[in-house]
Amino acid sequence: MEHVLDQIINGLQLGLMYALIALGYTMVYGVVKLINFAHGDVFMVGAFIGYFGFQHWGLPLPVAIVNAVVVCAILGVTIERIAYRPLRYAPKIAALISALGVSLFLEYFGSLKFVFGPNFRVVQRPFEEVRWEVFGVTITNIQVMIAVVVVLMLLALQFIVYRTKIGMAMRTVSVDHNAARLMGVNVDNTISITFAIGSAFAAVGGVLYAIAYPQIHPFMGIMPGLKAFTAAVLGGIGIIPGAVLGAIIMGQVETLTSAFLSSQLRDAIAFFILILVLLIRPSGILGKNEPDKV
Amino acid sequence: MAQKKSATWLLLLGTVAFYALIKVLQLSGLMNDYWQRVLDQALIATIGALGLSIIYGFTGQFSLGHAAFYGLGAYSAGLLDKLYGSADNYLFLAISLLLGMLVAGLLALLVGLPILRLRSDYLGIATLGFGIIVKVGMDNSSKFFPPLGGATGMSGVPQSAGFDLIFLLTVLAIIFTRNFIFSSYGRACTAVREDEIAADVMGINTTRIKVLSFVLGCMLAGLAGGIYAHRYPFLHPSSFDFLKSFDFLLIVVLGGLGSMTGTVVTAVAWVFLLEGLRFVLGESFIDFRGVIYALILIISIILRPQGIFSGKELAALVPQSLTAWRQKDKEVTHVSS
Repeated sequence: MEHVLDQIINGLQLGLMYALIALGYTMVYGVVKLINFAHGDVFMVGAFIGYFGFQHWGLPLPVAIVNAVVVCAILGVTIERIAYRPLRYAPKIAALISALGVSLFLEYFGSLKFVFGPNFRVVQRPFEEVRWEVFGVTITNIQVMIAVVVVLMLLALQFIVYRTKIGMAMRTVSVDHNAARLMGVNVDNTISITFAIGSAFAAVGGVLYAIAYPQIHPFMGIMPGLKAFTAAVLGGIGIIPGAVLGAIIMGQVETLTSAFLSSQLRDAIAFFILILVLLIRPSGILGKNEPDKV
Repeated sequence: MAQKKSATWLLLLGTVAFYALIKVLQLSGLMNDYWQRVLDQALIATIGALGLSIIYGFTGQFSLGHAAFYGLGAYSAGLLDKLYGSADNYLFLAISLLLGMLVAGLLALLVGLPILRLRSDYLGIATLGFGIIVKVGMDNSSKFFPPLGGATGMSGVPQSAGFDLIFLLTVLAIIFTRNFIFSSYGRACTAVREDEIAADVMGINTTRIKVLSFVLGCMLAGLAGGIYAHRYPFLHPSSFDFLKSFDFLLIVVLGGLGSMTGTVVTAVAWVFLLEGLRFVLGESFIDFRGVIYALILIISIILRPQGIFSGKELAALVPQSLTAWRQKDKEVTHVSS
């Protein structure tokens, strides 16, 4: 029984990590209706910058995180400016292909020897891992840290989206670009800020991921990116609580499958559940089914 | 009309001339084994991409799992020939290619019936998920049946497919696609792509059309996979993962959705570009290959978001009756050959 609880805690750790990435996907999708395939690679860049910060540049961990956040936010805005903005009124698929291009660019550029290098790097944690026994369940300080950071960031995001002017602008743009523009919303700026916030979340996710699973390489963003995106779809894309719910489900499914069935089957089962959910509720668990428009 | 007939003849002549040129290059030794492999790969990619062109370009069903069907075709055709066939047994080669198509088509039917109800991005994600499930299945296939090789890959398929066969099958695939696109079923597909609800109201059984185009497209992917297994001696699950699906998607979108000409030209150009970069860059800059590949992708899609051929078709590929009608209409311009 304790073993099950341990696995659920591990699943929660993974799920919260996915949630940080999924929020970026869901925000960008909500505002520009684009699957930002490069998001997983922004996450990778965040992990690397964070790693360089606390391991090679000798920065204290919080400064290293802030550093990664700033770099990734700038990167996200730049990507949007260069690769997506020229395609805003082109067919949606063109922006998707461009996103794929950016994703490949970040991966291959990152693997160049003078950038991050093609090899796996082992991360030395900036602090020791401490294990606590709470009612027979093992909890580590890293898990606690992740949970605290993720909850704080979620609260911050809820505050930004529902209590600030820029959040209101985001919600307006997500409903209708043109109407938002008519109401005096600066659509371009709003989209840039959405990318900045999403990328900042990915950066925090990346640094935490590097600390929790201490091995990084330039292609590490692909799978977590895909899983996080799946999580966003699972919960209902464009809906913030949906992304978190979907991410926690994905984390649990993956961890429990690895622990009790086979670690090779975890991807298959995770995606099988996704397909099942989509068949039953095509717009995700928390999504609203929209009637067909003629 | 006369002009149209000459266009068809020119196309036929061009096909024969292309074939003869390759033959001459082979005989004179200018075409070495390496470039022959690249050309064969390009033609195989063309067949697979034509399949996705039917599914996405002409029917508008966003599929990100095309490589799964390509892989299913490769594995099933390869397995049959590996177990029972021998090199240079062409009857058996034909049977195994057919099996590859059937397996891919059957799975497309089973998967397509439920998931083609989904729309746009959601369909893309569901097919992407299916692709990953198939990849996991291939990785673990050796547990159910050791000759499949699992994560270490499968080898030992007789290498009986040569350039002649691949070229013939590519031409057949182009003719088949063209005849399908301009049949009444093909037009129903285009109607579904343009507006599914309107197509439904006009009396088109949209579910049937979507499943039909999905199955046909996946069968072409299966055929491409079957040839791949008989041309390249080593099958590995990672050759059929979702990144490979993106390759097909890139070809279809960069060529221009709803253009066979675009798909064929882009498929060949894309494969040659990938390999050509190896030569242009040389030993010391080979690491930059992926970066340049990505940059070319981004720049070309930004410069031509509607694709290189954007729905235009080589005049000779369009049936006569339609050409006459379109010339009156002047809505669609052709790239004449």
